[in-house]
Amino acid sequence: MRRTLSFTLNDKTVRLETDDKRSLLWALRTDLGLTGTKYGCGAGLCGSCTVVVDGKAVRSCRTSLGDVQGRKVTTIEGLASGGKLHPLQQAFIDHGGLQCGYCTPGMIMNAYGLLLADSHPSREKVMDAMEGNLCRCSAYKRILEAIESVSLAAGGRP
Amino acid sequence: MSPELDRRSFLKLVGGGIVVFIRLEPSTLLAQGRGYPTDVNAYLRIGEDGRVTVFSGKIEMGQGVMTSLAQMAAEDLGVGLDSIEMVMGDTDRCPWDMGTFGSLTTRMFGPALRAAAAEARSVLVQLASEQLGVPKDRLVVEKGVVSVKGEPSRKVSYGALARGQAITRTVDEKAVLRSVPEFAVMGRSPRRLDGVDKVTGAGKYAGDIRLPGLLHARILRPPAHGATLARVDTAEAAKLDGVTIVNQDGLVAVLHADPEVAEAALARLRPEWNAAPPGADTDGIFDDLLGRAAAPEEKGVRGDVEAARAAATRRFESTFHKGYVAHAPIEPHTSTATFEGGKLTVWASTQTPFPTRDRLAQALSLDPKSVRVLTPYVGGGFGGKSSGRQSEEAARLAKITGRPVQVAFTRAEEFFYDTFDPACIVKIASAIDGDGKITAWDYDVYFAGDRAAQLFYDVPNVRMRVFGGWSGGGSDAHRFGVGPWRAPGANMNVWARESHIDVMAAAAGLDPVEFRLRNMGDERMRRVLQEAAKAFGWTPAAGPSRRGWGVACGIDSGTYATLAVEVKVDRASGAVRVERVVCAQDMGVVVSPDGATMQVEGCITMGLGYVLREEVRIRDGRVLDENFDTYEIPRFSWLPRIETVLVKNDALTPQGGGEPAIVPMGAAIANAVFDATGARLFRLPMTPARVKAAIERERR
Repeated sequence: MRRTLSFTLNDKTVRLETDDKRSLLWALRTDLGLTGTKYGCGAGLCGSCTVVVDGKAVRSCRTSLGDVQGRKVTTIEGLASGGKLHPLQQAFIDHGGLQCGYCTPGMIMNAYGLLLADSHPSREKVMDAMEGNLCRCSAYKRILEAIESVSLAAGGRP
Repeated sequence: MSPELDRRSFLKLVGGGIVVFIRLEPSTLLAQGRGYPTDVNAYLRIGEDGRVTVFSGKIEMGQGVMTSLAQMAAEDLGVGLDSIEMVMGDTDRCPWDMGTFGSLTTRMFGPALRAAAAEARSVLVQLASEQLGVPKDRLVVEKGVVSVKGEPSRKVSYGALARGQAITRTVDEKAVLRSVPEFAVMGRSPRRLDGVDKVTGAGKYAGDIRLPGLLHARILRPPAHGATLARVDTAEAAKLDGVTIVNQDGLVAVLHADPEVAEAALARLRPEWNAAPPGADTDGIFDDLLGRAAAPEEKGVRGDVEAARAAATRRFESTFHKGYVAHAPIEPHTSTATFEGGKLTVWASTQTPFPTRDRLAQALSLDPKSVRVLTPYVGGGFGGKSSGRQSEEAARLAKITGRPVQVAFTRAEEFFYDTFDPACIVKIASAIDGDGKITAWDYDVYFAGDRAAQLFYDVPNVRMRVFGGWSGGGSDAHRFGVGPWRAPGANMNVWARESHIDVMAAAAGLDPVEFRLRNMGDERMRRVLQEAAKAFGWTPAAGPSRRGWGVACGIDSGTYATLAVEVKVDRASGAVRVERVVCAQDMGVVVSPDGATMQVEGCITMGLGYVLREEVRIRDGRVLDENFDTYEIPRFSWLPRIETVLVKNDALTPQGGGEPAIVPMGAAIANAVFDATGARLFRLPMTPARVKAAIERERR
């Protein structure tokens, strides 16, 4: 249904006059010009389109614009603040938790959602939360180390 | 007029400063370049601001060469890494390059780039000597500044030296490169130059290009390879607001500014297909292929295998089968094209920007001068982006519609049009004597070529026959696209060889490390094997020792690798869990230890996929896997403990790093499964069902 939609995107209010069944992924990548959120499978199977909605990591390819009406959406472009990388972003660089970089925004946003819910998750919980995010370059070892380094810095247990 | 420029007019284009051209032999092959002197395929320029720009037709797809090439240039030029800017894969700005594959960038391109940087440094030091009035041997270079030894205040910067200059040089002889003990930039592990781009979402991939009026295209695809379009009714699709429909010369596409509307329009097309002829299925493909095999090419024949086998007391025969494997990069093939004023510009997710440009020129009957291919970051390639039809489709649609067009494969299209690692077969017949020495090795490989198949064991009687390569052997044997997949052919050859070696070791009652050493004179491989065994904590035992340990050795891209692994096998389900992998690798001089280690870890973890799970299921020309629900690739929970030992060998120039460690994965795991269970696996992938069946066969 075509209607006026409004939500908070990276701390700014956006208004769209469009069909509310459209996916958040493609609205972000076309109308809103935020291409950091990636298409990988279109079916919620790879995690490269992950964004955070009201503090929870969701697959934007399986989320409609209607679903985010009035809510708060954070994408990879909204994570750094004041010209400073978010600790997770810095950790991915420092630990080498990326290669081709295509899955990286989704990995970071998924980890961000996890750490919002639990600032010091156990390794099992990290593995469990990240299990649906795929990296074909297979940088999993360092992605895990990057996430855990941030969790430990926040007082987490090894 | 010749399309190639002479040096003088070329230099006008690039501006002033100091330019050093890089030439890789054979130059005749490279002379298809356009807009560059014919014999050049990269160059570096020191600008009047002191900035150094390296122009290379190579591309960055995760392997880290943007950083390692910059390290090499910075090292021999004597500047900091932060002074280097890399321009890669842009056919208008970079000289011709055949493509980024085969672990060739560091190995072949690296030395040439270093020589060019060294040449540039020598020019700059000469200029500094003239300007400062001091002989060259009294000058030192540090971070782009030339100063007088012991008088640091008497100095001049590279930028100042380059100012007002228009000097060109070409490197074709060996320059004096900095030696390993002198290294200030190489041999260290800087942060990746592409890191910030990639963690902020700012880095652009081909699908992230946004142009005014851009249309997203969805293209009608056949249900099976071999099916042809009889007719298509587009009336219902045309009813959607703003949809453009193209039906021209076999290309049927629907386009819209919103890719989801294009998708909806595609669903409204009513095509009628002429069915594909029947064809093999996943298990039947091997007989099918054997029936289509090319005449063999004999390689590395020595002695008399038949006679040696007849004379031997212990003879062995094994046959190995591996199915089709997908590349499955997370970024599907994507291109964005615009056609304006007779000039075609394409941003492509490709490993081969220059061959792509030439193909586009041919397909659209354009002068290659009128085609520009740009390669932004590539979201994983693994060989699969050496080819791809999406650039031509986007270009044709841009020309037809007069609008910029993006063709981005869906995941299902990515599986359908992938150029798979081919299904292939290896048959080995061998013999050993009473001392556990291999006396005969008769090796037949079908559709995998001979990469990494050469023996580094000392065997007096050898025959190798190659029945077609991994690209299909120049035949139409495969109905599906096939092509290079990370270390093409080598994964198959090393899995087969090192498994069969293990068969013989077990039959001889010898520990698999001991058996290999007993048959191996190659000192470099002996050292790598021993380093792996040491790091693993290997203690000798004949297999099956029930410890679940396995070892395998391989040589690829000039690099020697040995893997030692530990597995746990759930005998009830047949599921294999790889607990630990130790890799020892001799890759010559290591440009970036951390970068090299990341590639090893990627090889090992990605390798778990083709070894344990990945096989594209097919039937009658259909590709039955369309997404990651049925085609399982490695994920977090599969991750083993990984330890990497980079075996020091500074006497050797840097060798390949993106492929060698994946090559022994098949045999290391298969041998560990045998060691755990006593069951041998001769079919990849080693799915739980196949492992379980092998264990049950073993019990009987």
